[in-house]
Amino acid sequence: MTTLNELEPTDRVIKQRRMSPLKWARTLGWKHLVGIVVSLYALFPILYILSTSLTKAGSVSSGVLFSDFFLGNYTALFDPAKQHDRPFTRWVINTVVIASINAVASVFISALAAYAFSRMRFIGRRGGLMTLILIQMFPSILGLVAIYGILSEITKYFPPLGLGSLGGLIMIYLGGSLGGGTYLMYGFFNTVPKELDEAAKIDGATHTQIYFKIILRLVAPILAVQALLSFIGTVSDYILPSVVFNKPEQYTLALGLQFFIDQPYSQNWAMFCAGAVITATPVVALFMFLQRFITSGLTGGAVKG
Amino acid sequence: MAEQQTPEQKARAKARAKVARKLEGGVPSLRGTLIKIAFLALADAGALFASMLLIAQHQWLYFSVLLGATLLINWIYLRRGNLPAKYLAPGVILLICFQISIVFFSGFIAFTNYGALHNGSKEDAITSIKLSAIVTDTNAPFLYVSPVEDSNKNLEFLATDTTDAANPIIYLGGTDWAKQPWHQLSAAELANIKMGPSPADGTVIALSIKGFKTLTQDQVIARQAELSSLKVPLGANVDKAGFMALDPSATGVQRTFYDAIYDPKADTFTRQSDGKVFYADESIGFFDAKKGDLHSERISDTGWRVNIGLGNFNRIFGDKSLQKPLLGIFSWTIVFALTSVVSTFVVGLALAFLFNDDRIRGKKVYRSIMILPYAFPAFLSAYVWKGMFNTNAGFINTSILNLHKGHMIPWLTDPTWAKFAILLCNLWLGFPYMFLITTGALQAIPSELTESAMIDGATNWQQFRLIKLPLLLISLAPLLISSFAFNFNNFTVIYLITGGGPSGDPSLRVDAGGTDILISFVYKIAFSTGVGADYGLASAFSVLIFFIVGGISFFSFRRTQFLEDLA
Repeated sequence: MTTLNELEPTDRVIKQRRMSPLKWARTLGWKHLVGIVVSLYALFPILYILSTSLTKAGSVSSGVLFSDFFLGNYTALFDPAKQHDRPFTRWVINTVVIASINAVASVFISALAAYAFSRMRFIGRRGGLMTLILIQMFPSILGLVAIYGILSEITKYFPPLGLGSLGGLIMIYLGGSLGGGTYLMYGFFNTVPKELDEAAKIDGATHTQIYFKIILRLVAPILAVQALLSFIGTVSDYILPSVVFNKPEQYTLALGLQFFIDQPYSQNWAMFCAGAVITATPVVALFMFLQRFITSGLTGGAVKG
Repeated sequence: MAEQQTPEQKARAKARAKVARKLEGGVPSLRGTLIKIAFLALADAGALFASMLLIAQHQWLYFSVLLGATLLINWIYLRRGNLPAKYLAPGVILLICFQISIVFFSGFIAFTNYGALHNGSKEDAITSIKLSAIVTDTNAPFLYVSPVEDSNKNLEFLATDTTDAANPIIYLGGTDWAKQPWHQLSAAELANIKMGPSPADGTVIALSIKGFKTLTQDQVIARQAELSSLKVPLGANVDKAGFMALDPSATGVQRTFYDAIYDPKADTFTRQSDGKVFYADESIGFFDAKKGDLHSERISDTGWRVNIGLGNFNRIFGDKSLQKPLLGIFSWTIVFALTSVVSTFVVGLALAFLFNDDRIRGKKVYRSIMILPYAFPAFLSAYVWKGMFNTNAGFINTSILNLHKGHMIPWLTDPTWAKFAILLCNLWLGFPYMFLITTGALQAIPSELTESAMIDGATNWQQFRLIKLPLLLISLAPLLISSFAFNFNNFTVIYLITGGGPSGDPSLRVDAGGTDILISFVYKIAFSTGVGADYGLASAFSVLIFFIVGGISFFSFRRTQFLEDLA
């Protein structure tokens, strides 16, 4: 059975049918060509990782990608017998736990602060915003020595937040992510009309009801983006974990993976690449899933409209 | 008159304002209040736990800070109104504890000589110097030893001096001078001794004494660590008299003494072997022979942390040997950050324009593929690029460019090629972000603008150059500035791909590599194992970098009138 829709071609099809091959090449064809070249550039290192992770020899020696299809590297990573030397399974769990807690907590805290900056007028508001923007320009790498010093002081008196603890690392992440997160959300919160809050207020809603039931739902995209950026940032970070953690069973993936390539005489690129694929897959999947929010999130503060 | 109010009206207005203040934020619901109290209770429980730990360790300062913070939090959330504080408190507390404190602590370290040689307090340094200057007295005789245990399980040394084999002298003593003093055995005690061949070489020595249990060979091995740290004083003042310590082979003991003796009254160290006196030099944090003279002899390279004022900054700006490499690093940092922003922006912009066209089939597929580099964790990408850039085995030289031996491009080992390789990799990492934000900004330009331009007869190029680009630049300027600031400190790319290398001038104490940007150079100063970490100098650099990046951003933001929008 044919429906009306199938009989009527869409506008786009009409346009393309009317185009002569020469015109197509001039207007659209070259764009496809550029698209293919750029796609190759973008894809190639990733294909290289994927291909290497599937080789038995440990490198793409023949020079042809995907000439081998060997899943042994993946199974070896989770091999229970090897977990004692390099607890890969633990690394996966640690990474997911730290990155998830950090993503949720940083969104929660930043959204609270962004709401205050966007909707309320108080003394020190402008100064506070300026401080946030300035403070986020102090990257954690500049403060490594201080971070180590402060954490080792905390370790003496309150170990649950000190060196070698999950809590300590998360606290440092949260302190660092607040500036960027609040600033990113602040722009987005401003795009939600104020009349909405006022209408709700007149209807007798409390400020928490307005915040949780109205505002947060309207800014959901930016919450997703901030959570995702924070998640990616945590998964990708190897510097802070290397300062805070000192036992292999505490490592995150980013720190643990270096184990496979840092020893000069026992480098195992295939295992490293297999670990890299496992690390990157959820991140990339999340990214693709939330893709449509990301553009609006990244430009939310800057691009009005 | 309308402005004049009776006292009654005034009071009423005041009361109304009070009620309004109370009702700011609406009438709280029961559920909300319960949730609030539950969270507060959790926070207070945590604070209580932490404060008990602090009280147990008599940390009154930290305890009072914690107490003050806890009271403040409760006050903020329990009183009515004052909403901004309620929303800001969690973030601000974290920010103060774990970000601002770090910034300030870094600033503080920048004015000290904190580093591998000046790691702790003066007391730590004194202990460490004393312990590291333990010397075996080579003039004293070597005594065969039989470690014995008294009835209270205290270890003692039963030692035999066999210098005169015919008349061996026997000693006994433990770690506590008052209870088990080191002494030569009296005739009465000698009666309790059992002599025999030593297990090591068969020399006849004292093996056991009545009232003590001699350790077996197996026990000696098992308690090796305990035995080798055993110090049996030779007098009431162990500093002066020295002590008996086990020889590494665990067969004998020999007189050992502290070569460096600290005198707390004079605040000096005296070296026993030559009697030289070293003074505590508070200006440089070392014990040295002549106060204030950096080049005078030190008793040890172990010092303590002192405030050295602008010393680190003087080194950065005044040290002649640092000037040239520092200038190179600084200019490369600027070039690297600028080129990265410009190259990624140009590519991203071009792609955004090309693909902002609904007629292209598979637009979404292209888009998804093109943003992959941004989605992929950057540190993994950096490692992969490093592997692919390898001169002899890398995929780029061997497979893509298909170069032959002897004609390989030294991607990471030649300073110029390495810079190029880094930029190429950073372009890959960064163009998807620019593509995303430019696409977003492009779609936000009202179509009326371009339509009216088209009607006025503007060509595509004119539309781009005169309308779209200026609008894009205005809206994207803050993001471009942030991108510059980010790349200025893009440690990951540099450190993971080249590690700052190839190495620069080897005569310098710190390696200024061919692709080192400021931040990777600072990392080397702070954590390099070769020359000894210098946290103070690294922090001084960090503070400078912070001001450079902050200053550049601040003035660029001001120029784009971005800050005015904040109000």
